[in-house]
Amino acid sequence: MSGFFNIFIIPGGLLLIFMLLSLIRLILGPTVPDRIVALDTINTLVVAGMILVGAAYEEVIYIDVAIVYALLSYIGTLYVAKYLEGGSNK
Amino acid sequence: MIDFIVTFLLSMLTYLILTASQGEVWGIWSVFEIITGIILSFIVAFIANKVLFQKRTYRMLNPLRWVIFLVYLIGPFFWAMAKANIDVAYRVITGKINPGIVKISPGLKTDLGITLLADSITLTPGTLSVDIDEKNNDLYIHWINVTTLKPTTHHICSNFPQWIRRIAE
Amino acid sequence: MGTLLAVLYIFLGIGVFFNCLGSVGLLRFPDVYTRLHAATKATTFGSIFTSLAVIVYGFSSWNITGDSKFRVLALHTIVALVCLIITNPTGAHAIARAAHRSGVMPRQAVIDELKEAKLK
Repeated sequence: MSGFFNIFIIPGGLLLIFMLLSLIRLILGPTVPDRIVALDTINTLVVAGMILVGAAYEEVIYIDVAIVYALLSYIGTLYVAKYLEGGSNK
Repeated sequence: MIDFIVTFLLSMLTYLILTASQGEVWGIWSVFEIITGIILSFIVAFIANKVLFQKRTYRMLNPLRWVIFLVYLIGPFFWAMAKANIDVAYRVITGKINPGIVKISPGLKTDLGITLLADSITLTPGTLSVDIDEKNNDLYIHWINVTTLKPTTHHICSNFPQWIRRIAE
Repeated sequence: MGTLLAVLYIFLGIGVFFNCLGSVGLLRFPDVYTRLHAATKATTFGSIFTSLAVIVYGFSSWNITGDSKFRVLALHTIVALVCLIITNPTGAHAIARAAHRSGVMPRQAVIDELKEAKLK
């Protein structure tokens, strides 16, 4: 490991804590859209954290996974939003 | 025909960015990667050549528009985004909100223009685009700190519509 | 080396601070629209800065060591960042629209023109 390992892994760990904070909203959330917002936030934080972990271990494969995760989670968010909207009015 | 060529070049560019490491061609790509990329981009262009230009308008092929787009992203857009985050920080810490949903008529006509404006509004201070009236392209904006009940476009997004008219219309 | 470390600390500090604000705002605000404000703006801005730190680290390490691994790291991070910037506001817009159509109204709202337009 180079001297940069700690610089990148500590913010990664902090992002993990923020994911847990958002998880509280995912569990509490009174309505369904609240839960989707929390899930969307967790997805963004996962992508940012994966990029940091990839830089810490100097492995490019983590960042490739982050790209695919970002696009797939976006499609998942759109899918749930479309389902929630309902198809009756169009 | 032009749809096919543009789709081919775009997918080839993406492939080249994602596979750049070490090799014979300019020290960046190997010959095997280039050949695989050409075959895959050909397949992609064959399948998806109708996606990019559904309305048969080719004005985004003008490179000047992309230069203006980059200037817009780095200049006014990034500055508005920084202000938006300081605003969000203030509201998270103090908890002062005065929300409401208001309507603005930016007067843009193309789909790309209205998409760019809605995304810009979502990332700039205190505003979030909620819905769109597809007949006359009015936007419904959730405003976190309502100051007037009948806002003009300038209240919500300063001079973004002028920039976007130069980029996308 | 010293300047590189300073730049990395500044970018990572800003990024982590705004990501923190995003998740705290998600817990503090009263309804789904204001939560979307905090979640979308703050986490997008924070992720831009943490990714910029990785891009700066990749290009400068490539300059120092000449190992092409670091250049690949920076290029792939740029692609991931572009995906994130395009998809995040669009997803927020989809959630807001779905929330309003499924009947979740903004709390403490002084005006709601979308509801009035729908009633007409």
